[in-house]
Amino acid sequence: MPGEFIEEGKAALPADETGRTRVQEFWRLLGRNRMALAGLVIFIAFFLVALSGLFLTSGKKPLFDPALVRLQEKLRPPLARPNLETLAPGQVPALGVYLFGTDDLGRDVFARMLQGAWVSLTVGFVAVGISVIVGICLGGIAGYYGQSRIRADHVLFLIVLHAGIVLLLLWVRPLWAALVAGGLWGSVLGSWWRKVWKGLELPPRLNVLRKETLSVDTLIMRLVDIMLCFPSFFLILTVVALLPASIYNIMIVIGLTSWMGTTRFVRAEFLSLREQDFVTAAKALGLNDLRIIFRHMVPNAIAPVLVSATIGIASAILTEAGLSFLGFGVPPPHATWGNILSDGKRFIFDAPWLTFIPGIAILVVVLSFNLFGEGLRDILNPKLRERHW
Amino acid sequence: MLSFIGRSVIQKVVTLFFVSVISFLVIHLAPGEPSQVDPLNPKFTPEMVERFRKEFHLDAPLHVQYYLFYSDLFTGKTVSWKDNRSVLGKIWERFLNSLPLFIVGTLLTWTLSFPVGIRSAIFRGGIYDRSATFFSYLLISIPGFFFAYILIIFVVTRFHVPVIGMETFGLSVSSWVHVAMDRVWHLLIPSVLGATGGIAVLSRYVRSQMLEVEGQDYIRTARAKGLPPEQVHYRHALRNALLPFVTMFGLILPGLIGGSVIIESIFSWPGIGRMAYEAILARDYPVILTINFISAVLVLAGTFVSDILYLIVDPRIRL
Repeated sequence: MPGEFIEEGKAALPADETGRTRVQEFWRLLGRNRMALAGLVIFIAFFLVALSGLFLTSGKKPLFDPALVRLQEKLRPPLARPNLETLAPGQVPALGVYLFGTDDLGRDVFARMLQGAWVSLTVGFVAVGISVIVGICLGGIAGYYGQSRIRADHVLFLIVLHAGIVLLLLWVRPLWAALVAGGLWGSVLGSWWRKVWKGLELPPRLNVLRKETLSVDTLIMRLVDIMLCFPSFFLILTVVALLPASIYNIMIVIGLTSWMGTTRFVRAEFLSLREQDFVTAAKALGLNDLRIIFRHMVPNAIAPVLVSATIGIASAILTEAGLSFLGFGVPPPHATWGNILSDGKRFIFDAPWLTFIPGIAILVVVLSFNLFGEGLRDILNPKLRERHW
Repeated sequence: MLSFIGRSVIQKVVTLFFVSVISFLVIHLAPGEPSQVDPLNPKFTPEMVERFRKEFHLDAPLHVQYYLFYSDLFTGKTVSWKDNRSVLGKIWERFLNSLPLFIVGTLLTWTLSFPVGIRSAIFRGGIYDRSATFFSYLLISIPGFFFAYILIIFVVTRFHVPVIGMETFGLSVSSWVHVAMDRVWHLLIPSVLGATGGIAVLSRYVRSQMLEVEGQDYIRTARAKGLPPEQVHYRHALRNALLPFVTMFGLILPGLIGGSVIIESIFSWPGIGRMAYEAILARDYPVILTINFISAVLVLAGTFVSDILYLIVDPRIRL
């Protein structure tokens, strides 16, 4: 059973003399690292707030309406009581008080913060999810298949396939179908019908196709180098400004520009794991490569990925807030913490709460992710742990 | 050594080529066109749009546009689509504005983070170390624009000095002391903001390097010899801990052109970051692509310099 192999792989690590399981040990260490524990608690609280914010502020008749404009109640300070004489019954805030005040259109800042919490949360998690998936796949391929060479025919077929896709996007009609079909046929030849393709007699001039070029590892690592050359915030800004404004574009773009670190970690881990006995055992049992990679190697390589993902969520939230602040991103009626702050900056001396409430909220959430991530790094890394305590 | 230099130069040129292709494709395949930026402008008649497209080769196929753009760039003939001025000239002008921010920010980063990091390493686990750790996390986590507003409120209400822009308008007639102080105040907050993240990260790094070295055997030997603690910390430990930082001089190179978009737009600082931002809004492709290209060159040059420095300072690595 695959589960047992994972256990065996872990048993190779020095056993804890107190006989605690890894999970118990994890909680014990977390309890001793007070900053990381505080980070985890704030993170869970933020998660619950964002989830309840999604339900309380959406729907036809939400409990807290973030888009309700009350022009007679402009820029009321936090904890101000609504002026009941001027408000229609439907306009009175649900708590009977403006908990975080109102903005320049008289919208309830508390409701807007609740709505924005969900945006921050999803941007953080989806962007990091994308970057982790890309990172694990590319890093895994580079680490596991790194030594195998790419042959010239692979390159040729891939070029044909991608040219076909590009032409499809540009809608050059008869040509794209031919190229996509050619590329697909080549991929089929190259992967499933490998034996047939190898056995084929080729005229000597076409033997160039069998020539070996770069290794897979070189290719992926050069790709990482190329991506690292782009100034990341500038690249994100360019793409987001050119694409239509939508929260999904931001998530995808942040995710696709931040996978390089994960790729490097996973590759390094895989290079050392590949030589270990449990992988050899799994291979000897005849498991297929996908199973070995995802059931046996990835769980053992996940620790640094988790750490960098936690810190990545923090920086994705910061990036999204920065984009909203510059006026890109989620289209206006929807609130995000960045655009509440950006709208409020004109009233910074008259209504400082419009700047401070979202600013402190971003700060606390990002800080909690950073502290938890650093704590996780200490806990999951036995070498650092000994030095620390 | 020479073969290492040759190989890495070739590799970096290939990387640069792919960067140029990718950035070109990203910009040109994105939906929308520069000729459609201002559809409501009555001057943009279809004939104008057609002329515009012809003028800037927007009707040519992509590979021809690519060739035209980069051959223009290398001969220095690229012009901005917005105002027809030379792109390199524009960038140079803005670069001179961003340069003081970069210099002051870098100086602040490197002079502050070393004492903080070394002190926290020496008094590890003490109150100073723990508060320094917490503050560095705080500085990493604070959104730059929020911190900027806190500083603006603080400085403006406490010291009553103007901080937005590069200098106060119309002050040039007063004495040079006033002008100089005015420039300093305007420079201070944006460069402090630019340095905060750097200080936080670098001081943590200094701390961990010092701790790494302090755990070595030769430090124990030095202590056992009865050397005074100052001598152990500063002569034996610090010198060895400094090794990785020499190579980091190469890595600050990209910061030269990566002026922060957010900070420069808050402070109306006419630097490179703001120009990039305006170019993105106006779809001024030559400016965007040129800035991208130059910053890629600087990143590659930075890693190259740091590799070379590593070869020079660390005798254990000889290729």
